Amino acid sequence: MEDLKQEGSAKTPVVEFNASGELLLKGRSIPENSIEFYKPLIEWIESYSETPNSSTVLNVQLEYFNTSSSKCILDVFKKLESVTGSEVSVKWYYEEDDEDMLEAGEDYEAIIDLPFEMIEVEEI
Amino acid sequence: MITTTFDLYNLMERDNVLLAFKGTVTSDLLDSVFQIMESKMVDLNDSPATKKKVFNVLVECLQNLYHHIDDFDKDNFLDASGSKKSAIFSISRNEDAYNIVTGNFIYPKNVEEVSKKIDHINSLDRDELKAYYKEVLNNGKLSEKGGGGLGLIDIAKKSRNKLQYSFKEIDDDYSFFTLTVKILK
Repeated sequence: MEDLKQEGSAKTPVVEFNASGELLLKGRSIPENSIEFYKPLIEWIESYSETPNSSTVLNVQLEYFNTSSSKCILDVFKKLESVTGSEVSVKWYYEEDDEDMLEAGEDYEAIIDLPFEMIEVEEI
Repeated sequence: MITTTFDLYNLMERDNVLLAFKGTVTSDLLDSVFQIMESKMVDLNDSPATKKKVFNVLVECLQNLYHHIDDFDKDNFLDASGSKKSAIFSISRNEDAYNIVTGNFIYPKNVEEVSKKIDHINSLDRDELKAYYKEVLNNGKLSEKGGGGLGLIDIAKKSRNKLQYSFKEIDDDYSFFTLTVKILK
């Protein structure tokens, strides 16, 4: 299984999905249409779920995301929720003054049946 | 009365306009606008939390324009020059708040639906708004262009203010929709 790596841009985040089970989304996610951007990520998780590592951690370190992305991020979580044979968890990072980002993490935590850890950092 | 460029200048000066635009809203235009606003805000003496909030709300407001502006079905498009597809927006900043204003043409038949949607959002308190956001996030589907019906809810939630709006009837075929979002610093 190959790793999935994408560089970030002004509107899209850095993606580092490692077959070792360490997954990272970092930066900003504000494309007008995020379906196209998130499709390969969701497909990657689908293949990964065939032979997952014993532990899978998704690190979400987003500075901004728009509402178009919020649906796709939910789909990423839902895909991870369906991975069996691996302890899947989410680390949700937010900057110390960013109440909205913490709230967004809590919203996902309420919808998705995965353990979330909220991690406050000075800067993402 | 003739409005001169100087009148327009004075108006924008009076309202402390940081950036204003009238024309067709494209993805490339939004890239530039976001870039300009980010670098402008670097020099402004607002807290990082305020800057982040303003940028977030701005992205939603302008992408909302982008998603809805060509809801006009191409075949029935009455305006050959395409000027009804153009929109206007401005971002201004005064001592206590930022104001983001957008204006675009819509079909009169959609006026009621948009009004109802905003009135509903405005009727909710903060906790209800959070619950409504979560409900639409979990149940809604993305349109082909990537809009998810969450934009206005998110704008109200993040701006922590009621949305102000108005419609101006232009003729039988078009109305003009104005949305004003105030973000306290």
